[in-house]
Amino acid sequence: MPKKMKKNYLICIIAVIVGFLLLSLLFDTGILGKKSAYFNGLVVIGMFYTIIVCSLNLLTGYMGEFSLGHAGFMSIGAYASAIVTTLISDQVKLPSIVLYLIAILVGSVAAGIIGFLVGIPALRLSGDYLCIVTVAVAEIVRVVLSNFGIPAITGSATFGKSFAGIAKVSDYHYVYITMVVCIFIMYCYIRSRYGRALIAIREDRIAAAASGINVTKTKVLTFTISAFFAGTAGAIYAHYITTLVPTYFNFSKSSEFLAIVILGGSGSLTGSIVAAPILSALPQLISYVVPAFASYRMLIYAIILVVVMIFKPTGLFGGREFSLPKLLEKFTKKKATEGKE
Amino acid sequence: MLKVENLNVHYGVIHAIEDVSIEVNDGEIVTLIGANGAGKTTILHTITGLKKATSGSVTWDDTNLLAEEPSKIITHGVAHVPEGRHVFVDMTVRENLEMGAYMYGRKDKDKVIERMDHVFERFPRLKERQNQLAGTFSGGEQQMLAVGRALMSDPKIILMDEPSMGLSPLLVQEIFDIIKEVNKQGITVLLVEQNAKMALKVANRAYVLETGKIKLSGDAKELLNNDDVRKAYLGA
Repeated sequence: MPKKMKKNYLICIIAVIVGFLLLSLLFDTGILGKKSAYFNGLVVIGMFYTIIVCSLNLLTGYMGEFSLGHAGFMSIGAYASAIVTTLISDQVKLPSIVLYLIAILVGSVAAGIIGFLVGIPALRLSGDYLCIVTVAVAEIVRVVLSNFGIPAITGSATFGKSFAGIAKVSDYHYVYITMVVCIFIMYCYIRSRYGRALIAIREDRIAAAASGINVTKTKVLTFTISAFFAGTAGAIYAHYITTLVPTYFNFSKSSEFLAIVILGGSGSLTGSIVAAPILSALPQLISYVVPAFASYRMLIYAIILVVVMIFKPTGLFGGREFSLPKLLEKFTKKKATEGKE
Repeated sequence: MLKVENLNVHYGVIHAIEDVSIEVNDGEIVTLIGANGAGKTTILHTITGLKKATSGSVTWDDTNLLAEEPSKIITHGVAHVPEGRHVFVDMTVRENLEMGAYMYGRKDKDKVIERMDHVFERFPRLKERQNQLAGTFSGGEQQMLAVGRALMSDPKIILMDEPSMGLSPLLVQEIFDIIKEVNKQGITVLLVEQNAKMALKVANRAYVLETGKIKLSGDAKELLNNDDVRKAYLGA
């Protein structure tokens, strides 16, 4: 068994490296020519969507609680990291990788702390009530940001209701590695004893409590981790788009994340990994090809959502993990039997 | 020894448990019988910390259980089999049992394996189906699994909440045999039941609960022949 696991890990690592090389091939060699920058952007968007959707899947799929406020945690990560990096780059000139790492760290930790503080009282609730609280938190953050703005602390960046002049350091190489690391950590968490406890709580709270699982602690921990990675996504977003507007992080953003989780299959990280890039990049691509279509983004969403819910109510991957090694195994077996015939 | 003294529990303004005192001596099977809504489950939930008491005390071998975290109570040797076969339906049998040993943590793997062997020895049927999802089990098998899961923590006392609920008469008999056997191994049992006849047959002592108050108590065999009890709970 450990040997097989080693093999599986090896296959996954190879897949990750191949993905990285493919991206480099696409963007570093200049095959795409003029459009390179545009597609580059799509890839970065797809990747930070993947992180935030996976983090939301921790709550929805594994904890069984809905959050309609992930855009709020994302905005905390975005603003916190942007403020810190702007302050720093006013003082000293740091290489972009260092600035990027600082941004990621600050954004994640800030969102994680807020998630923890919100989680302690909020997780006494569950179901619809918790959902309402998450909406409220996100709205409070958005309203505060759009009404108070950020006081002008430095010269080079324009502060205020919108926040411009953030260093553009979210290079897709860094973002790709960040995404892989984030997903790996979340995967490890789910496979750990805490993850198992989490699933036990989702299935039966009373039985879990009777088995000696600390229900509140496990839930708060998960909520914090989820908010932490939402903050990571926010930091990446801020340092890619360079201008933050509070209205971006509105309710429809939160529901978009939730829609992607459900489409990919709640309780399936791989489902989120597949669904997030497609659903985040697809509407952009459509509006790029047919500009008139841009305002029908949410309509496309609704149609996809309805169609998937009719034909595959549990989402594309429906609570199961897609496994590359298993697929390869199936493939090679098929070939072997075909060869015999 | 489990000692519940002058326990009062409220749900909002509703006084669900009024001045209830119960004693369970080591090695005994004590049953708590009563109709629907009498407060039997509430008492068990209060003992394991799932419900907060308004006043009174619950002590287990000098430990004040009311002051303990719910997740710590199992470490004192108090296991709880919740009502209605609460198993983790999307987990395999083995995973369900592992959850029962959650309190041992990562370091005590040998202990988990030892307990697992112990449970498998007692319930060979669980061993046969250890990789099957618990949700595919029949009611009786799920109840067996729930008991097995409670045994994983090597308890000194098991609190059982209506183990016979929704089971066929044949399976009810089987579950009560399991209870007797568990008790023979030296584990104290506090049994909450609506099936008064069966419960009184296996128990040493019994308490009759009516709308949150203890109405009668005494030797189980005597209560079985008590006219009031017969009229109210045994239908004869």
